Amino acid sequence: MEPIMAIVTGCLYASAIYMMLRRSIVKLVIGLMLLSNAANLLIFTSAGMTRGAPPLIPLGAMQPDGVIADPLPQALILTAIVIAFGVLSFAVVLIHRAYNIIHTDNLDEMKDTDT
Amino acid sequence: MRAEVALPILVPLLFGALSLIAWRSNLMQRVLGIIGSVTLLICSIWLLMSVLDQGHVVMYMGGWMAPYGITLVADLLSAIMVVLTGMMAVAIAIYSLSSASPSHEKFGYYPLMHLLLAGVAGSFLTGDIFNLYVWFEVMLIASFALLILGGERAQMEGAIKYVTLNLLSSAIFLSAIGLLYGLVGTLNMADIAVKLSQTEHTGLVDVIAVMFMIAFGIKAAAFPLFFWLPASYHTGPVAVSALFAGLLTKVGVYALFRVFTLIFNQSPEFTHQLLLWGAAFTMLTGVLGAAAQFEFRRILSFHIVSQIGYMLLGLALFTPLALVGGVFYIMHHIIVKTNLFLISGIVHRLLGTYDLKQLGGVYKDRPYLSILFLIPALSLAGLPPLSGFFAKFIIIRAGIEAEAWVVTAIALIVGLLTLYSMIKIWAEVFWKPLPENHSTVDSNPSTKPSSLAFLYIPVVLLGACTLFIGLNGQPIYEIAEASAKQLLNPALYIEAVLGETP
Amino acid sequence: MMKPGTLILHVAARFLVPLQLVFSIFLLLRGHNEPGGGFIAGLVASGAFALYLFTFGAAVTRDLMRVDPRNLIGIGLLIAMISALPAWFHGQAFLTSQWWPILLPGGTEIKLSTPLFFDIGVYVTVLGSVMTMLVALTETEER
Repeated sequence: MEPIMAIVTGCLYASAIYMMLRRSIVKLVIGLMLLSNAANLLIFTSAGMTRGAPPLIPLGAMQPDGVIADPLPQALILTAIVIAFGVLSFAVVLIHRAYNIIHTDNLDEMKDTDT
Repeated sequence: MRAEVALPILVPLLFGALSLIAWRSNLMQRVLGIIGSVTLLICSIWLLMSVLDQGHVVMYMGGWMAPYGITLVADLLSAIMVVLTGMMAVAIAIYSLSSASPSHEKFGYYPLMHLLLAGVAGSFLTGDIFNLYVWFEVMLIASFALLILGGERAQMEGAIKYVTLNLLSSAIFLSAIGLLYGLVGTLNMADIAVKLSQTEHTGLVDVIAVMFMIAFGIKAAAFPLFFWLPASYHTGPVAVSALFAGLLTKVGVYALFRVFTLIFNQSPEFTHQLLLWGAAFTMLTGVLGAAAQFEFRRILSFHIVSQIGYMLLGLALFTPLALVGGVFYIMHHIIVKTNLFLISGIVHRLLGTYDLKQLGGVYKDRPYLSILFLIPALSLAGLPPLSGFFAKFIIIRAGIEAEAWVVTAIALIVGLLTLYSMIKIWAEVFWKPLPENHSTVDSNPSTKPSSLAFLYIPVVLLGACTLFIGLNGQPIYEIAEASAKQLLNPALYIEAVLGETP
Repeated sequence: MMKPGTLILHVAARFLVPLQLVFSIFLLLRGHNEPGGGFIAGLVASGAFALYLFTFGAAVTRDLMRVDPRNLIGIGLLIAMISALPAWFHGQAFLTSQWWPILLPGGTEIKLSTPLFFDIGVYVTVLGSVMTMLVALTETEER
């Protein structure tokens, strides 16, 4: 399973970078979304993939029975997804407002603050 | 229980929530802004006192012991940074009384400011690497929204670059955390340090170290990925730029200091060498960029970049004296840079522009403001007896002692070029007569004395701090020295967090 | 301008919104010992309001919610913050769980606790922030 995940993660990173290098801001935001997903998958894969039960302790027991999955990477990914959701929703609002003000989605025409 | 370590995070969050509820009343928000920032300052001084008194202050949030739960740790460096955060918060809160426009206040200026402060304080105090990521994001979301207050074209363009680069850096940071967790299976920074020193040192560790370096380097605006900073910092409202200039990049620098003294200290000949050259180029490109600019805040923005180089230089040399210099430099820089931005705001209020070519004659009209400018400006350039002189002196001396001749030479040249930039601002804004075609905006109702007073108070206070550090440097130096000692001896940190030395 | 919803959407929204809100409360309380919790419940609740928003428009949704979504963020944050404090008075670290079991007349026991209040705070904050964003976006579209 790990090799497949590694390839998927690599493809996600690659396509994210490709999208970010395009000129349109919409594609830039799509690239950012892909990038955060790639990072999440990387955590998921590199933390070790176990086939196990959810890490919940049954009522009355002191420890879970059998093999359980490591809950921490899942918690990390969940947190990261939430954060990415918040940041990206901000980014969507930003490009929407930017488009209304600048009237273009071409990054090449947004060089006023560069020089 | 040691509540003081959590209060600098909880206080701004609490006041943020309160001012969010009170968002209909601008007056309420202002009052909450002042009370909140003063409370933050008091709590942070309390924290610094108890850290000075008893060493590391640790709190296991929710009662979950390390390494399982999230730990808040304050060593001297964190405590110093939090105190500086509190000082800047007070300065900006006073300044905002006059500079924030009612429409910004309606849009959530104060709640966002509190949220930003909570994020900054959280980043300084957390002892958990993933929690650090979370605080970084809290800080970033608040800063995104603050940066586009007003919604002008330049702000949008600047914000797009700012958002993109910072999200890229967050993604790299997150990937690095994932790889690190895969390697050592823990997130507590002290525990990571222990585990990492026990595992075999493979190439992967260096890869992760460099990923952290890039991620924090982007946040700190270090070479080569600093372009977002001069493209965005001069676009926001001036109080916001001042706060960003003082605090945000320094969070990146702090993270570098923390991670590269505590966790990745096994192969300094590789990582710190890389940092050294990064620092050299950061100094040089920043100051050269500034030399080409003719906009008040853009010059200052480029100087943030070049000054970041000095701090990184302190870390990269990795000798006790150099770390002292790095910490000292951070303290001096936050105060001075915020002050300079605030002064640029006053000039803008008086003359209505940031463009050096259209400015002039301020010395004739307002000699006191000129002196207030000279204090931080000359301190930034490193003239004795101001705070910047000692900061630069320590670092350059450390460079000579470490026999890093090239980098030390660059640091000296950059100091000279900084002086050139400051003199350029002095000559253009303060000394030369006002260009004739300039239409003064003195009739503007907002320049009445009572509202200007709120702009002057923080400038005077911060200027006094600069003078104090310069003329009475010994206690500050001792604090910096003690914190450098702690940084060089990570065992203390680990012992404070995990209980016993393994 | 947003297209007025179709008949099916109108009818469905009227039935689904209360159902979804009740389900969100269920998820919130279930999060105590089983999967669920404040965040996901808040998302479900904001899903309900979002459906209403798409069907009837921003003004009607504001009326339905009665509280300004921006206030909700503040209130939620405040509740979550306050839940961190009781532990302090017991001399424990912030956020340490405190439990107050209450015996109801029927013999059942309800365990009130600070995590519950924290979750309620998260619920309200999530609802508030998602709705703030959606309402703001819809209002710029409608203009």
